[in-house]
Amino acid sequence: MTNHWIDFANSDCILIMGSNPAENHPISFRWIMKAKDKGGVVIHVDPRYTRTSTKADIYAPLRSGTDIPFLGAMIKYIIENNKYFNDYVVNYTNASFIVGEKYDFKDGLFSGFNAEKRAYDASTWAFEMDEKGVPKKDPTLQHPRCVFQLLKKHYSRYDLDTVSTITGTPKEDMLKVFEAYSTTGARDKAGTILYAMGWTQHTVGVQNIRAMTIIQLLLGNMGIPGGGVNAMRGESNVQGSTDQGLLYHILPGYLPTPSASLAKLEDYNKKFTPVTKEPLSANWWQNRPKYVVSFLKAMFGDAAKPENEFGYGWLPKLEDGKSYSWLDLFDAMYRKELKGFFSWGMNPACSGANSNKTRAAMANLEWLVVVNLFDNETASFWKGPGMQPKQIKTEVFFLPCCAFLEKEGSISNSGRWTQWRYKAQEPLGQSLPDGDIIYELFNEIRALYKKDKAGKFPDPILNLKWDYAEGKHFNPHLVAKAINGYWTKDVTIKDKTYKKGELVSAFALLQDDGSTSSGNWLYCQSYNQDGNNMARRDKTDETGLGLYPKWSWAWPVNRRIIYNRASLDLTGKPWNPKRPVLEFVGDVADGKYTSIKWKGDVPDGPWYPLKNPDGTAREDGKLPFIMKVDGIASIFGPGLKDGPFPEHYEPIECPVEKNPLSPQLTNPVVPEYTTEKDVIKTCDPRFPFVGTTYRVTEHWQTGVLTRWLPWLIEAEPQVFVEMSEELAKLRGFANGEKVIVESPRGSLEAVAIVTKRFRPFKVLGQEVHQVGLPWHFGWVWPPEGGESANLLTPSTGDPNTRIPESKAFMVNVRKKG
Amino acid sequence: MAGKGFFIDTTLCTACRGCQVACKNWNRNGTIPTKNTGSHQNPPDLDGNTFKLVRFSEVETDGKLAWYFFADQCRHCLVPPCKDTIEGYVDDAVIQDEATGAVVFLEKSKEAPHEEVTSSCPYDIPRHRENGPMVKCTMCIDRVSNGLKPACVKVCPTGAMNFGELDEMIALANERLAKLKPKYPKAQLLDADQVRVIYLVVDDPKKYHKNAVASLNPGIDRKTALRRMARPAKGLIRTFVGV
Repeated sequence: MTNHWIDFANSDCILIMGSNPAENHPISFRWIMKAKDKGGVVIHVDPRYTRTSTKADIYAPLRSGTDIPFLGAMIKYIIENNKYFNDYVVNYTNASFIVGEKYDFKDGLFSGFNAEKRAYDASTWAFEMDEKGVPKKDPTLQHPRCVFQLLKKHYSRYDLDTVSTITGTPKEDMLKVFEAYSTTGARDKAGTILYAMGWTQHTVGVQNIRAMTIIQLLLGNMGIPGGGVNAMRGESNVQGSTDQGLLYHILPGYLPTPSASLAKLEDYNKKFTPVTKEPLSANWWQNRPKYVVSFLKAMFGDAAKPENEFGYGWLPKLEDGKSYSWLDLFDAMYRKELKGFFSWGMNPACSGANSNKTRAAMANLEWLVVVNLFDNETASFWKGPGMQPKQIKTEVFFLPCCAFLEKEGSISNSGRWTQWRYKAQEPLGQSLPDGDIIYELFNEIRALYKKDKAGKFPDPILNLKWDYAEGKHFNPHLVAKAINGYWTKDVTIKDKTYKKGELVSAFALLQDDGSTSSGNWLYCQSYNQDGNNMARRDKTDETGLGLYPKWSWAWPVNRRIIYNRASLDLTGKPWNPKRPVLEFVGDVADGKYTSIKWKGDVPDGPWYPLKNPDGTAREDGKLPFIMKVDGIASIFGPGLKDGPFPEHYEPIECPVEKNPLSPQLTNPVVPEYTTEKDVIKTCDPRFPFVGTTYRVTEHWQTGVLTRWLPWLIEAEPQVFVEMSEELAKLRGFANGEKVIVESPRGSLEAVAIVTKRFRPFKVLGQEVHQVGLPWHFGWVWPPEGGESANLLTPSTGDPNTRIPESKAFMVNVRKKG
Repeated sequence: MAGKGFFIDTTLCTACRGCQVACKNWNRNGTIPTKNTGSHQNPPDLDGNTFKLVRFSEVETDGKLAWYFFADQCRHCLVPPCKDTIEGYVDDAVIQDEATGAVVFLEKSKEAPHEEVTSSCPYDIPRHRENGPMVKCTMCIDRVSNGLKPACVKVCPTGAMNFGELDEMIALANERLAKLKPKYPKAQLLDADQVRVIYLVVDDPKKYHKNAVASLNPGIDRKTALRRMARPAKGLIRTFVGV
């Protein structure tokens, strides 16, 4: 999230789309209802009327997989009705930038498309540069090739009539949403978007979010209290695991994972350190080399030296152009390219898309280690439905770990607050904290490399800094300090001397010469000379906006709303003086600022504002979007694989043969997997209904924990399939009857919940039915619980993230027997 | 009015069922084997291990859909008919706590005729625990008498569940009612002058739950009615003289 949970209460209009927070993030509703109580409007757009919809002022139905047409129509509405915040758009976004002549969009494809490679050459989307190398701009937004005009042209096709026939949303409902939300384009109004997996799990997942980002920028909603783009994460510590580099493409702190062609640290830094000629851009990523070297020092300690590039050569490298996402790993496993697999705190036999493929893939392993609280469908896959245990050679090890209440450590919530948790009780039996298991495991691995000199490439194993235990036990404080970082030698900077072994106070002090270490630059300050800032529990809140700056700690540098300087006008005064998260209060002489002083949240950069109170420009000010190379936010974004503007493409499996917006039916650069298990059927009469998956309040993920808790399994005992009364009538189902749900990839039995909360959609003149089911269940427990909905979902996904498309696919429902 | 009370604002309830589970947790109540019967409401009804149940109700009025949630529990009536019924048969089987007003069944309540106790409740709340006493919400009297809020209130994320001095709860209820009335003309408090658990609803209470408001003998059948007519004189005298 750019903002944080409590900040929802500051919003004038909350758009909930691609999520169901009442059920999946129940505590969020505390803040949503506070906003509503103060007169804020709550909007829910969703295929199904859910517990969230019951609290919304406006509910609008939408067919799964058609968010971009809906949002595109909103962009068109905002522009044509002049609802955008002009000063913000001109000064803080790239709306005024001139795009080069090579850019084009035709027949659903952007310029630079290579049909053979199924990829774009993004160089055709570049901006036009002036003689100094700065993008050319037209602040009047009139140039036909400026971003604003291209945006207007792109979405001119997204008229209400066309969009309504795609999404199935009644036109009047759509208009109600557009009218309500676009009122937040006023300088004293804030609108926020709360999304979750309903937006990410699509073949256009990233572009769904880009579309909303464009809306937030047009309305001036970024960087302000009650605004922002807010992803409600799917697990309580997903934010933390992403920050710490759990995904294959990033190291901790969002440093790109090096690829094989970047053999030297110098090559890496050259490729990933952005350069700008824009004098007003802070271009914060110019500091990347400091963060990389500090990371290497944290990894390899004294063994990381300038002469060995701080151990850069010991980091694992990706093959250029190859992706290693979940879908790719299980594809490789299915194709017998992987020998072993650690399934740690997860249950891929139920959580992965196309679970039949996942389960079959695991039978190709030599060994599988499962670390979990309870037995689950992954640990017992070899004796699961349809398996022949005698023919499966995979050796499975099960290591019992303890639950979150039985260990100490930090957890980073969706709002980037990193909170320290104490241990409530000792672990049961022989179960251990994950940290202990990892610690001991690596010690054993290292001992093997020490013993057997023939081990391949031993250097990273032998040189890894691995001193996180006290006695025999892993100590999370030692890891937290290493993540924060230390001075590795005595250094004097501006008359202040830092001693070797002291913790670094904040990331501005990190160095690229090896004199500092930091496991994750973004977390530098979380555990410093002031102590463990994540454990703070002071409830003071001077702004009255719920920032609670002394409660826990938020990255970066305890900033509670990122890009917060965009909440100010060019002279550093809040756009909305009634709700200031930040304000510049430096001294003034003769109409000019003469000292730097900020009030409120930690400013996103400590510089002077762009202008003096008398309106004269300052040369020492900086633009607010400091992580962007040009200092401004991207309405036109050249960074993605599937285009600089979001465009509607149908899900890879969809109920329609035509896309009324272009001849291009599906995303042209979607990843393809080609095993016999990767079956995709579009417009196949055997699978006539749209399917989607979701969660309920009572269960968590695949239910490995919650299916064993009697009170929760009593409340939601079995997998169900929700459907409209019309569909039930069509198929002759009674409410509560067990029926078969099947896709081209698998099938399961589920209890039919026949409800008015699902309605058929009117799509291109046809009645389209949708059904939905939760993916919390599995065959291991309870006996009558049923199976995972991921038996149905397709193993393809977004071309940028490779998150599977588990929110829109095609199914059939039929009577049993 | 002295003592404690609840204010349950259904307009803030998201049916997360935190209250239902927290109640079971605190009271160490077990479960029954359930099945999905085409509804999210589960267990299907209050039972010997379920003192608090979130009821789900889908209603369509003039083409407009609503999904109402009703966190059902004992109302702790100011004059509790269940107490009267039990005492008609057994002594020392039920108390009405002086400090809080909580109505609490004791072990000996198992000796009272179970169906009759249930049917004497205008809200159909008391249940019989297998081989045990009559049971229902205790107002978490063990928590409350130690300065804690009831478990269901403690866990509620949205402020739908409130607990405090009854007078304060009535004031809070009236304040919320006044605020909601312009937008929801049917907004109302349910039986506010007779109970310690005051619900706020914004539609016909029957659309939330058939026993949302007091009804005479809600669950009574002919057999029970006849038995009640013939019940021991002791109880009748108590009722008449107001002992």
